[in-house]
Formats: sequence, C-alpha cells, structure tokens
Amino acid sequence: MTVIKVDNISKTYDKGVKALRQINLTVEKGELFGLIGPDGAGKSTLFRILTTLLLPSSGSAEVLGADTVKNYKEIRAEVGYMPGNFSLYTDLTVEENLEVFASLFNTTVSANMSLIHKVYNQLAPFKDRRAGALSGGMKQKLALCCALIHKPKVLFLDEPTTGVDPTSRKEFWEILKDLETEGITILVSTPYMDEASLCDRIALMQDGKVLSIDSPTGIIEQFQERLYAAKSSKMFALLEFIKTQPHVESCFPFGDNHHLRVDKTFKPGELKEVVKQAGFDDFELKKIKASIEDCFMYLSELDHA
Amino acid sequence: MPKVIDVNKLTKTFGTFTAVNEISFQVEKGEIFGFLGANGAGKTTAMRMLCGLLKPSSGDAKVAGYDIKSQPESIKKSIGYMSQKFSLYEDLTVYENLRLYAGIYGVKKNEINTKIDSQLKVLGFESSKNSLVSDLPLGWKQKLAFIAAIIHDPEIVFLDEPTGGVDPVTRRQFWELIYQAADRGITIFVTTHYMDEAEYCNRVSIMVDGRIEALDKPSNLKETYHSKNMDEVFQQLARTAKRSDS
Repeated sequence: MTVIKVDNISKTYDKGVKALRQINLTVEKGELFGLIGPDGAGKSTLFRILTTLLLPSSGSAEVLGADTVKNYKEIRAEVGYMPGNFSLYTDLTVEENLEVFASLFNTTVSANMSLIHKVYNQLAPFKDRRAGALSGGMKQKLALCCALIHKPKVLFLDEPTTGVDPTSRKEFWEILKDLETEGITILVSTPYMDEASLCDRIALMQDGKVLSIDSPTGIIEQFQERLYAAKSSKMFALLEFIKTQPHVESCFPFGDNHHLRVDKTFKPGELKEVVKQAGFDDFELKKIKASIEDCFMYLSELDHA
Repeated sequence: MPKVIDVNKLTKTFGTFTAVNEISFQVEKGEIFGFLGANGAGKTTAMRMLCGLLKPSSGDAKVAGYDIKSQPESIKKSIGYMSQKFSLYEDLTVYENLRLYAGIYGVKKNEINTKIDSQLKVLGFESSKNSLVSDLPLGWKQKLAFIAAIIHDPEIVFLDEPTGGVDPVTRRQFWELIYQAADRGITIFVTTHYMDEAEYCNRVSIMVDGRIEALDKPSNLKETYHSKNMDEVFQQLARTAKRSDS
C-alpha cells in the first residue's frame, strides 16, 4: 500500500527561489524512507507540503490516500511531524508538553505510553524540567515523543539528527528501527550520508531535485564508475598531486584515504610509479566499492554539468 | 614549535555542575587541531573560555601568548571565529562583507583591498565580488564566512562545526581551504560531528564528561583503541560518558 505519493511537485517561493523542481516519489506502508541531502536541497519544503503546512506551486501529493490540499484535515489527524527547528513550548515542562500534544489529538499520555516508553524512560528524570532548559539530545527525544503521542500512521522527521554527536545519532536511529517494527511509516531527512544505509529506501536530493531513488544497496550497484582509494603520509600534498594526473576524473578526501574516480583507460601501475617518483614513497592504492557519499558526489557532479 | 594554545587544568563550574574539568593540552603553530566530544561534553564552554568570552573557575590558559583571564581583549584581536550558523550579512555584497570584517578586526586601511582581492582569488570568487551574499549558493557562503574569519591573518581560527549541513563536495573544498590556511601558518581549532573530518586533523582530542579522555594523532588513536576508523574510536569513548547529555 502506498502511504505517501508525490506527483510532480514544484515549489517556487516569492523571491523566485526554486525550492523543489518536479519531485516524484512514493513511500510504501511500513517503510523507513530517507531524504538525503545538504541544506538547500528542498527537504524541509517537501516536509511542509506533505504535512499540509505549505501549498505546492504545481503538482500534487497524497498522504494516506488524502490530497494534501483538499483533504488536509484528514492528514493532520493521522500524521506526526517533528520539524527541523525545535518547536515545543519552552516554558512548559517535559510532562506538560506531552499532555498538551496528547490533548490536542483527543488522547492521553497514559493511553499511548506503550509506544513511547522506551524514549520516555530516558526523559523521565527530567519530566519536571522546562523544555527550554533541556539539552539538545533531550529536546530531540521530547519532540519525538510529542510527534508520536497520538499513535500516528505516518511519522515525518525533518533532520532529527542534525548537529547531534555520532553516539546520540546512533541511539536515535535505533529508536527509529524500533518504530518501524510497530508498522509506522517513516519519512526522515538527514544531511549525514552515513545514515542513508539505515533506511529501506532513499532519495538523494540536491538543489530541489531528486538525483536518484533506490535502496541504499541499489544506489551503490547503479554506480558503474571505477573507484580507487589512495593514501600516503603526506595526504594534502598527495591530493593536490593526484588531481593533476591524467585519467583521474576526480579526487576527494574520504577520512584517512582519498577516493579517485578514474576513466576507463586508467592504469593503477602507471599512477603508482608517477606518484612514487614524485616523492610519495609510502603511496598505497587499491580498488574499492563506492559508498553512498561517493554516489551522491558523482550524481551531483553529473547534475551540475 | 611555538605553542599557540597552552591550556593548564582549565576548569569551569556552573553551580554544582562542572562543565569543564581540569583540561590540559597544547596546540602548535600551524596545526590543525580537532576538538571532538559528544553533545554536552563541555566543548562549547571550553571554546568560549579560549576565545576570551568566559572566565574560567580555575586553571589557566594562554591563547596566542595572552592570558585568557587578564588579557581577553588581546585574544579577541588575535583570533578568528566562525560557527555553523552563517555569520555574514545577506543584504551586503561579498566585498562589503569582507570590508566590514576587515574593519572590525582592525586590518590597516591600505592593506584591506589587497587582502580582499587575494582571498577572493584563492576562492575563485573574483567575478562575484559585487554580488549580494543572499544570491550566493549555500556552500559559497560557508567558504566566504571562513575567509571573513581569517581576513586579518589571525594566529588562530576557531571553527565551530563549520561544515554542518554542507553538501559533500563543498565540505571537502572547505577542508582544502583549511589546509591552505594552515600552510600559511594559521592554527586551526575545529569541532565537527563528521568523523571522516576528524581524520583530516593533525591531532584530535575527545572530550567526555568535561574531561579530555584522549588526545593524539588520528592514526595513533585508531591503534590505541583497536579501531578501523575515528567513528569507532569516538563511539568507544563516548559510550563511557556518565553525564546524561545535559
């Protein structure tokens, strides 16, 4: 069953900024679907349209079979939304915020504790603290609880892990995996490419466009380019040097290696020789498989060309 | 090598809460120093003290040769600062923004235009000199903000999550700018949540519960913690945190 259907949606803001350009995608029931892309890709605009808070300039979208413009009231009752910026009541306590959100949806906190208890347990020690005085990680957990308090069928999470440290990010994704087993359909956005592999399917987005949609492994399999990893003790000098070499299409730092995308006539032996002659004695080069980030960078380059 | 940052048992308490707990470390001139830690580990508090914005409860530190307690104003003149939040004026042009920062940082009048031109050349932004900043792509703005933060050739530049939300290609171009600045002798003090970027640093410290639990070259840290990348090192250390993310 299709839960989210986006049909040729475009959005141009008043100042002429094209935030979305003819977006098409579908999300199936129970899927954990990721919108992966940097700031300015159009992720938040798409969230606002799907949660009925913004009108598209053209195209249409359905959530749970209801049109986001004509039947917006039906959608609002059935979805949970965690916006990118913290939007709870900072002068109410943790508990009061939960109660407000529960009563807005005609329910109670206790009736829904089974769904949120895992997250709520971490918040419980601070239940009497004002939301404004919580740390970033705790605010994020409270916002998730508030978005879940009415047992929504669809959960919209706009950059829940941005600015969050790697350990807390990992914890948050474990929570999402748990929710997925409850049958909730989740649309989540993130600028962190390493989180893409945790989704069932992803849309890579940049400049208001979808560059590719597939499962994370599918995206990697589609990448037909030849990729090598290179390293030496002088990494920055090596980067500058490799960039000037023939048959090298691009060279970017990736952690403790550089990733080189090369053309069909590239010969690793030749490069090794040239690089060693240039004084990089401990140069190492090996063929590698692409990561999602390699794919994203390649696709965005194609798109800009 | 001269020490550009020299921190000795630096501590900051807020009431009964010890945000930064006797941290000590040195950073050398031209070094790229990664300052990592979980949210709430005390990074921001430590950074604010090093920038002369917050008085320590005990311990001391010298930044660019100045004492953070008695000479905070001299420190502010010797450093640059850039945060993840975009810090330029959208309704001014590229040139006007740089001109403004150069003026605030006290660059000599007859040097300002030469400095601006040479920096714009490094970025390849010459043709956008008179464009409004609001019309620039996001990644350009971030690079421009960096140039603005070092327009006065500071001893040190503090970068607080400078690449948050930036696209992967621009993120790497940004690091090339960092390397170029370090080559010019500017010391880089940088925080990030991207663990691949931790690998680009000469040395990395990892804060847990207000203390520096590890400080070394990325390659040594990976060896010490039997990890294949910095993400694993970070996870191992951050997991020992007792402070509940406050």
